[in-house]
Amino acid sequence: MSHPAIEVSGLAKRYVIEHEARHDNLRDTLHHAARKLWRRARWGTGFDTEEFWALRDVSFTVQPGEVVGVIGRNGAGKSTLLKVLSRITEPTAGRVTLRGRIASLLEVGTGFHPDLTGRENIFLNGAILGMRSTEIRRKFDEIVAFAEVERFIDTPVKRYSSGMYVRLAFAVAAHLEPEVLIVDEVLAVGDAQFQKKCLGKMREVSTQQGRTVLFVSHQMSAIAQLCSRAILLSAGRVAHIGPTQAVLQTMMASPPLTHRSSDALDRPRITDIAVSQTALESGNLQISVSFESPHVLTRPHVGIVLTTQFGALVGGTNTHVDPCRNSHPAASGLLRLHLAHPPLLPGQYRINVWFGDGDGSTEHREAAMEFYFPGLRTRPPEFRTETVGPLDMAFNWEQLPLIR
Amino acid sequence: MRRANLDSSPVPEIVLEAGRGSTHYWRDLWRYRELAGFLAWRDIKVRYKQAALGVAWAILQPAIQTILLTFVFGKLARMPDGGLPYALIVLSGLLPWQLFTAAFSGAGHSLVGNSHLISKVYFPRLLVPISCLAVALVDFGVILALALPVIFIFGGAPGWQLLLLPLFVLLALVIAFGAGLWITALTVKFRDFRFITPFILQIGVFVTPVGFRTDFLPNWRDLIALNPLAGVVDGVRWCLLGGRTELYLPGLGISVVVAAILLGSGIGYFRRTERQFADII
Repeated sequence: MSHPAIEVSGLAKRYVIEHEARHDNLRDTLHHAARKLWRRARWGTGFDTEEFWALRDVSFTVQPGEVVGVIGRNGAGKSTLLKVLSRITEPTAGRVTLRGRIASLLEVGTGFHPDLTGRENIFLNGAILGMRSTEIRRKFDEIVAFAEVERFIDTPVKRYSSGMYVRLAFAVAAHLEPEVLIVDEVLAVGDAQFQKKCLGKMREVSTQQGRTVLFVSHQMSAIAQLCSRAILLSAGRVAHIGPTQAVLQTMMASPPLTHRSSDALDRPRITDIAVSQTALESGNLQISVSFESPHVLTRPHVGIVLTTQFGALVGGTNTHVDPCRNSHPAASGLLRLHLAHPPLLPGQYRINVWFGDGDGSTEHREAAMEFYFPGLRTRPPEFRTETVGPLDMAFNWEQLPLIR
Repeated sequence: MRRANLDSSPVPEIVLEAGRGSTHYWRDLWRYRELAGFLAWRDIKVRYKQAALGVAWAILQPAIQTILLTFVFGKLARMPDGGLPYALIVLSGLLPWQLFTAAFSGAGHSLVGNSHLISKVYFPRLLVPISCLAVALVDFGVILALALPVIFIFGGAPGWQLLLLPLFVLLALVIAFGAGLWITALTVKFRDFRFITPFILQIGVFVTPVGFRTDFLPNWRDLIALNPLAGVVDGVRWCLLGGRTELYLPGLGISVVVAAILLGSGIGYFRRTERQFADII
């Protein structure tokens, strides 16, 4: 078993976006083809097509029994990578070698039919995920027990609560026995307790049963717990690959995802957003927004809203409400927000950023950046932003006798 | 120990490259064969769960169609019956027609109808239309079981011809599959191809000898035979009515040739476009 379980070299995936609607019907296509011919005859050009490289020159290897996390911001190419490895879509260039039986789980409950009972869906979903019916039958009781739906096994799943639905769906997938398991963000569903159970199962699958796992998640804590190595994707390329902790740090320190703003070069725009890693380590928050403009801006404005990783609002400000103390006209520059010791629990946070030139033109970036805030003091692990909210205030208890 | 039930080859190796497609396509198709069964089982189960009248639909539809076509062709148009009860001529023609309709429209709609699977899981996509053939075959089996006693009671005892019925059923399925593969692959790219299916079926029920027998129409026979389903319908009628209608061999020949062309080209086109399905569906 000296061969790697997953070997990816020079992998690329291109999507072509044609700037002239989508052709869902034949009439449009014929019409479009005719116009294209006409344009070509007249001007010598067709319609603009834009190539979008979802993946570019991606290479890595995963050894048998290794658990590797794939991280990156939205649009970095994580899902495309998993789709290529799962054989759902074909690469445009490069080569992938997979050794061993593969199962991929890109979605929880693929193929579940609402009118079928839990029992029927276990068989259907199992078959869709590549299990043999004998295998499903053998594991049936185990799956039902794991999902904790014994009483409702013969009820159509449309009557299930969403929690039960997700539990059942994950349970089927968790009992797959491939040598290589490819898992997309599936732990983000379900309640905290079930998530814990899922993570436990994933750990069991990887450490005790020796499976190779490639795992995508936005939950950095899950990646940190499960994976020995991680791959950071950024704009379709491998930005960093190595031990999980090192990669996670790169991710937190790395610049925000670059929005494609080719059309906005003639307007004032954000060029960079950064959260200082050194500030974070000492419990401070320092967010820098760089901007550039074709003309001098008399008063550049920035707004920042802090949210949890699940999008719950935490707080925010802008340069109208809290004016910049040394604001001056500029065609480019950087506005930096300082926040000393924000009362936040440890966890993943995101920021939404607005940028305005003061004349009504604005740019808005939702979830522009995600970072891990270490917290000001150690709190029990169950004190997480999902359960008690993000604030860690100066709580103060006192016990007093009753006055009769 | 855990891997005892897996494949005999110790470490299956898969290589993915641009334009290379899947090297083990047919092997994969075989390995995933159970999935086709499960998909068919799902479709059958869901249909009967959602339908209040359940199995009654399977009987009601052909029964009403038989009455209607008997009235139109037998009473209004007064087509020759050759001494057979006209309803039997219609019923024996409707059975293969229904099989074709179900298989063709099911297969034709199959990919778009299962787009959520196509974009999330890998399996040889051919399984999806194949599962529709299984559904059509089960339906056909149910109706046939109910229709056979009627045919034997009113049309007389069956002959050795009945033994050839499976061959004609297979022919109907091959034609439906070939045509369905074209339609379903084209529908992924051009959604308006799904409107072609009902259109073909509407015309088909009249240009196929479903409601009349061709052996009394010598002038038209060769023209009718150009429709590959004519040979199938004539053939099934010949089997069910114990040879009391004539089997037109040149027509059957056309059916077989067209079926082979449709199947070959349908699989070819499907396989060629298959790798893009997940990107454009």
